[in-house]
Amino acid sequence: MARKLPEIPSASLADIAFMILIFFLVTATMDTDMGLERRLPPMPPPDQKDDDTPPIKERNVFVVLVNAQNQLLVEGEWTKIEDLREKAKEFMANPNDDPNLPEKTVKEVPFFGPVPITKGVISLQNHVGTQYGTYIAVQSELVGAINDLRNELAETKFGKPFNKLTEDQKDAIQEIYPSKISEAEPKKVGGK
Amino acid sequence: MSKFRKGENKELPPISTSSLPDIVFMILFFFMVTVQMRDVSLKVHITTPEASELSKLEKKSLVSYIYVGEPQKQYQKVFGTEPRIQLNDVFANVSDIIEFIVAEREARDEAEVPFMITSLKVDEYTKMGIVQDIKQELRKASALHINYSARKTLKP
Repeated sequence: MARKLPEIPSASLADIAFMILIFFLVTATMDTDMGLERRLPPMPPPDQKDDDTPPIKERNVFVVLVNAQNQLLVEGEWTKIEDLREKAKEFMANPNDDPNLPEKTVKEVPFFGPVPITKGVISLQNHVGTQYGTYIAVQSELVGAINDLRNELAETKFGKPFNKLTEDQKDAIQEIYPSKISEAEPKKVGGK
Repeated sequence: MSKFRKGENKELPPISTSSLPDIVFMILFFFMVTVQMRDVSLKVHITTPEASELSKLEKKSLVSYIYVGEPQKQYQKVFGTEPRIQLNDVFANVSDIIEFIVAEREARDEAEVPFMITSLKVDEYTKMGIVQDIKQELRKASALHINYSARKTLKP
């Protein structure tokens, strides 16, 4: 009579299944959609004239131009994308009240008291032939500059990074460092 | 000699495997919940650009997607190799965007409409001209909240 074969122990199967589960948990990128969030300006009313916007002083505008060869001209200087963030931060913060950098107006802000707030506006203009990748890189650097400033302020004032603050604290910091990035319509002249 | 004692070469009782199906179901449900179905088949080739300052798209149900990129190989004979716009499952023109946004709005609850986001999935080598046209159309449709889809840059 044939001897009865011992059953294969299946207790470890559960462990194997858990191992696979954990493996997938670790490796699976949830494929979350990440992106650069922006708000478009609303369409101007059709009866609006061009000249009823108040003129903005030259020192208050940070001009970023991107041409069809993906080169950057920042405030009249040829600049690399890597240097853009520092320049934008310097412009928005203006720590030494440099007369060439934007003016400030003192305003009452909750948590902070009266704070000089910059009047600076970042103006981004690109050519029709600019590559989208470059455009996003530039946008990302400009948004990053403002985010950096907000984070620095949040760390010094509240000891926490900006995204860990309460809504009121966030609002206060957003008031001090507003996200003012305006985009001009792209130039269609010149180039291809 | 108790009557409960059996023979000397007693086998170990087999370990119950009845919990295995539970485990398998767990894995199954896990994937069912996390894996999102791609309800649109991409007809354009898209490699999103890299960026560092990203935020997550929170509510998937409120997002409408606009794809822009070079048509894939099998469509190139008909549509050429210039970047094209894809809305839902079809190639579209810039002028179709307003209609698309209106249709997307109608498909949602009225209370949710103000929170809708338009996600632009654009290939990084696309020229800005077409993107600019899309942005103008979105402004006309007052779909102002947009999200440029991008990949996270790995910080060196």
